[in-house]
Amino acid sequence: MSVVDRTPTGTRDVLPDEMRELRALMARMREVFERGGYGEVYTPALEYERTFTRGEASRTSSPYRLFDEHGNVLVLRSDMTIPIARMVASRFRTAPTPLRFCYFAHIFQGVRPRRGQSRELLQAGVELIGAPGPDGTVEALTLLCDALEAAGLESFKVGLGDVTLYPTLLRSLGVGDEDSDTILAELALGDFVGVARELARLRLREADAELLLRVPRMRGGSELLEGLDGPLHDAGTGMRELLGMLEPRTARRVIFDFGLVHNLGYYTGAIFQVYDPAYGMPLGGGGRYDDLLGDFGRPLPAVGFGLDVERVHIALRAEERRRG
Amino acid sequence: MAETPASLGLRLAVPRGALLGETLDLLDSIGIDSSAVRENDRRLLFADVGIITMRPSDVPTYVEAGAADVGITGKDVLMEQAERAIYELADLGYGRCTMVVASQAGEDPAADALRRLGVVRIATKYPRIATRHFHESGRQAEIVEVKGSVELAPLTGLVDAIVDLTATGTTLRENGLVVREQIAECTARLIANPVADKLRARAIDTLVSRISG
Repeated sequence: MSVVDRTPTGTRDVLPDEMRELRALMARMREVFERGGYGEVYTPALEYERTFTRGEASRTSSPYRLFDEHGNVLVLRSDMTIPIARMVASRFRTAPTPLRFCYFAHIFQGVRPRRGQSRELLQAGVELIGAPGPDGTVEALTLLCDALEAAGLESFKVGLGDVTLYPTLLRSLGVGDEDSDTILAELALGDFVGVARELARLRLREADAELLLRVPRMRGGSELLEGLDGPLHDAGTGMRELLGMLEPRTARRVIFDFGLVHNLGYYTGAIFQVYDPAYGMPLGGGGRYDDLLGDFGRPLPAVGFGLDVERVHIALRAEERRRG
Repeated sequence: MAETPASLGLRLAVPRGALLGETLDLLDSIGIDSSAVRENDRRLLFADVGIITMRPSDVPTYVEAGAADVGITGKDVLMEQAERAIYELADLGYGRCTMVVASQAGEDPAADALRRLGVVRIATKYPRIATRHFHESGRQAEIVEVKGSVELAPLTGLVDAIVDLTATGTTLRENGLVVREQIAECTARLIANPVADKLRARAIDTLVSRISG
C-alpha cells in the first residue's frame, strides 16, 4: 500500500490542460491592461504584518502568519491592493501621477471546512493611483469590461454602487452610529429580513422606514437614477454623471445597485462587482479607496479592481456550454 | 393562465418534508401553479415549471451555487448554515417552530452537569447553532452530532440535554423531556442567489412583492 500525500484543504494542483487555458486567458487580459498603460508588477507573497494592520488596511485580514528568523511577524498577503499601496508610497514616492499597475498574483484567504473554498486564489487586477473620481472610476470600469470581453465572456454585467450611499441615508434620517452598524452588518450578510427587523425596532417614521427598506433592494438599469430626491439626490447625480461619461460599450454592461456593500473596509466611494448569469457567484470586484494611500504616507485618490481568474475561467466554460 | 417560476425566468428550490404543503399552498395563492409537484411526489425536477424539490437543508446549497435562483427553507437551516453566501429576502411566516434546549423532566441534568462537571453534553442535529448558543451564554458544552431521533440521546445517558426544533412540543413531552431554554423562533424564508438577485431583479421583485402583498 502506498501513501498518497494530499495538498492542504482549499489548495490544488493545476495540470497542463487547465494551465494552458488559464495562461491564454490571462494573456488576453494582460494585453488589455498593457495597452491601457498598466505595467505589470509583482510584490512579495509575504509582507510584514504591520503593512496589513495600518489604518484602513487593518480591515482586511490574512489568517496566515509566521515568524522569520529575527522574530518578525510576517503575513501571507490576503489582498493585492495593500501591497501595491505600500509599494507606491515607498518606490514611487515622488513619481508623477496617475500611476497605473496591473498584477496577476496569488492571494491567500481563510476557508470554512467542506465548502470547496480556495485558500489560494489567482487574482488579476489593476490599480489606478492618483486619479480621482469620476474620471479615474470611468477608466477603471472601462478597463474592467474590456478585459472581461477580451477574456471571452459575453454575458457579464458590472454592478455599480457606492459604499457611502446607504450609511449617508441612515445618518440623514437620524439613525445613530450603533444602530447603523447593526443594520449595515445585516445588509452585508444579505439578510433583508434582519434589516427589516432592525428597522422596525428603531420606530422610525413610516415613510423613512419604508425608504430604508426599499433603497438596498434598488438595482437595475439607469431608470433607477430618475427622480431621486432628498437624501438620495447626490448619489443619483454622481451615478448619472458617471454613466454619462462611459462609452456605450461599457455603459451597456453596467447595472446600478444601491444595496451593494463590500466586505473590504478600505473602500470610500464607487464600488463594483462582476456578475455572469452562467455562474452563481461574483467573479470579482473593486472600487475607490481614496484614503488608503495616505496611511502609507502618500495621500492619493485611487481606484482598482481584482478578478478571480479561476472563476472567470469557470464562467467562460459555463457560457460556452450554454451556447452549445 | 397561471404563472410558473419558469415563466418568470426563475428556478425555485422547494423544500420537501414538513414545509412542502404550506409552500405549495403559498405558491398557489400568489398565482404560481404548483399542480405538477402535487401530482407527482417522487419526481425531483420539474424543469418545465422551473421547480426543483429537495431536503430543506439542501436548499441553501443549490441557491448559493446558482443551481436554483430562489428557494424556500426554514430559518433553522439558514442559522445552521449561516456562512452561506445567499440573500434572505422574506419571512414567509409559516412553518413556525422554536429552537430549544430540552432535558429530562425533574431536576435539570444539564444544570447539574455544568455545576459539578463544568461541561454539559448536548446532542443535536444543529451543531453550529448549539455551539454558538452555549458559547454566547458562557457555558462549556460538548456537542454530540446525531442524524435523527435526538430525543433518544438524553434518555439513554448519551447526553445531558438536546438542542432541537419543536413545533408543538408533543414529541418532547412523549419522551419525558421539558423545554429549558428558547434559542430562536424559526419560520420559512425566501432566499435568493446574490447573482440572480442582481441579474433577474425584476422577476425576483415580482415574486417578493406578491408574497408580501
